[in-house]
Amino acid sequence: MLHNLAQLPRYRALIQSLVARELKARYRGSVLGFFWSFINPLTLLLIYTFVFKYVMPSAVPGIDNYPLFMFCGLLPWTWFASSLTEASGVLISGGNLIKKVLFPAEILPIVTVTANMIHFFLALPILVVFLIYYRAPLTVGELLCFPLVVLVQYIFTLACALILSALTVHFRDIKDILSNVLSLWFFATPIIYPYLHMPASAQAFKKYLNLNPFTHLVISYQEILFFAGPFGHWKWLAALGVGSVGLFLFAYWVFDRLRDSFAEEV
Amino acid sequence: MADDWASLFADRKKAAAQPAAAPAPRTFTGPRPAIEVSRVSKIYRRYSQRKQFATLKSALLSRSLIQNLRPDETFTALNDISLTVPKGRTLGVIGRNGSGKSTLLKLVAGITKPSDGTVSVDGRISALIELGAGFHPEISGRENVFINGIMLGLTKREVTDRFEEIVEFAEMKDFIDAPVKTYSSGMYMRLGFAVAIHVDPEVLLVDEVLAVGDEGFTHKCLDKFAEFKRRGKTILLVTHSLGMVERFCDEAVWLDAGRIKGSGDPKRIVGAYITDVERQEERELAATDAKAKESASVDIVSPDEPASAVLPDNPVEAATGPADMFRAAEGRWGSREVEITAVTLSGTDGTPGHVFHSGERLDVTIQMRAPLPIDDFVVGFGLFNAEGVCCYGTNTSIEELTPERLAGDVEAIFTIDALDLVEGTYKLDVAIHKIDGYPYDYHRLLHTFRVKSRTKDVGIYRPRHSWRFTGDVRFTKTPG
Repeated sequence: MLHNLAQLPRYRALIQSLVARELKARYRGSVLGFFWSFINPLTLLLIYTFVFKYVMPSAVPGIDNYPLFMFCGLLPWTWFASSLTEASGVLISGGNLIKKVLFPAEILPIVTVTANMIHFFLALPILVVFLIYYRAPLTVGELLCFPLVVLVQYIFTLACALILSALTVHFRDIKDILSNVLSLWFFATPIIYPYLHMPASAQAFKKYLNLNPFTHLVISYQEILFFAGPFGHWKWLAALGVGSVGLFLFAYWVFDRLRDSFAEEV
Repeated sequence: MADDWASLFADRKKAAAQPAAAPAPRTFTGPRPAIEVSRVSKIYRRYSQRKQFATLKSALLSRSLIQNLRPDETFTALNDISLTVPKGRTLGVIGRNGSGKSTLLKLVAGITKPSDGTVSVDGRISALIELGAGFHPEISGRENVFINGIMLGLTKREVTDRFEEIVEFAEMKDFIDAPVKTYSSGMYMRLGFAVAIHVDPEVLLVDEVLAVGDEGFTHKCLDKFAEFKRRGKTILLVTHSLGMVERFCDEAVWLDAGRIKGSGDPKRIVGAYITDVERQEERELAATDAKAKESASVDIVSPDEPASAVLPDNPVEAATGPADMFRAAEGRWGSREVEITAVTLSGTDGTPGHVFHSGERLDVTIQMRAPLPIDDFVVGFGLFNAEGVCCYGTNTSIEELTPERLAGDVEAIFTIDALDLVEGTYKLDVAIHKIDGYPYDYHRLLHTFRVKSRTKDVGIYRPRHSWRFTGDVRFTKTPG
């Protein structure tokens, strides 16, 4: 397993070009091409702004600029959720490669997660423009932590993607289970409601939210980008970082374990 | 000419007599072999109704996914295979469909792991198993060449350096920037082949992929192989094209049902293989023959109401009526006043069979039984090819033999001195009927045999022929 893991950096160029292919292929044939990566989040943000400013202005108390708040959590979630959805099917749809070409299969989920990360990055400028426009309390110190949050999320997502992709080869039901789990997971994460301002009726659930790894990622993003004040959540983030590395090693072990069966099962 | 053929086949039979030379452990002194497969078995799981894994836990923890399976749920694709390919040699792997050739190739390529035994390969491998695997339809040929090249182990630089050459080779200059989804399947394969062949491997694995273009392209591929050989690369070739094995390979291995049935000199192995295939065909033909006769016997018109029941006014048509003749499916009819009890085909050596070689002698023995003596009879013979074209037909009446008496158990032997037919499957009509056509026993296309030929000539009939040239004409002898 460790040997295989050590081999991975050798495939950098392949991962790079496959990610590039993924991104190119997605918008090939559309007139606006790459601009869709900006336009999609932009329209989403504008719609939310309109709805929460004029239609239901006091939906969430305690948050001044709700659409922006929501967006800070929604973008990372989109990266996470679409990575997992795609990764669960990636070995099956890439079966041709696994069966006919000598090809380290883990590259496929890695490419999926990475390509979705690039999409996340492409949407960030929109977020930044709005953050500046609304004079969000950004500080240099906090922003320096931003790449760390992204890194932790990358490792965490990768770990999930590896396990899912490997298991889906044997248990095709996972694809369907996953879509349900993800919608539950979405609401179990403080993305559309702020963790700090949860109503009294929900206090009982609050402590369980801490068990959700993604809670800490989202809170980190929100503290860095949206909320004023110091980045107080870093301890949780550090713990999650360590946990993610552990999870990643476990995921890789599972993947490696099942590797030989892929060529026969997909 | 005929003697040449005969001797060729005689050689083959001789080779067949001692085919199963067990893969003797060959010893090589000197450098490491390029490919070494030792005692490799590959067992596939069969898909059954049973759940793949009982639980997730057992899936992750079970030491081997295969060990716990019952034998009826597994399929042994390769069974204790050992072979070695020294550097710079070309090994051809032949065998029937399902004999494990492709599995062997996949094991050597490292795509699947052996269930038992070890495979070791020295040097960079390129596997031409499926061409253009991993091409993305939406992006251009150019980008796909890069990605495919990197996938096959080149660096970006190396692809850039070879790009012109690849495109040139694939004859794709005008289309290289079009998305791959617009390519024809030929273009797709050519591009895939061009990339794979330019990876510049030390070990090249080829699985039946040479049928990827027109004549010209095929020649180019063969030239490329020859170049590989010259440059001392190792090639493992899996193919059904026996001619290629004879021409290209230094050695051949014949796989049969997952085991090595023979290995060594390509000519000898190919010969042994062909003989075996013929024997197999022989068995299959015998089986279909028996089946045809069986199903035909259901159609027997009872002797009490002979063909007259079908065509009372014109019994001639019932037996040989031309309308029937060229359309009727196989069958058997007649009054059975004389019964054809058996029809045997035998070749030069006199043993009954179903596979014969073009130019050989063929004896058709028709055994008949007439419980009561009769004096009005004609024995007929018709030869049809697979498309139902009558190649030849005759009977004793046409050949002006006037019947006098036929009684008891008799035999009619129809001898063809030289079976001058092209390769293919042929069927026989055999009949005995009255001079006016009233059928005693008519066997319609019930007897099948196959003609084999080394020459892939076309048509139906092969006239005895030879070529002569005057003036400044020369040929080189085709190798093999």
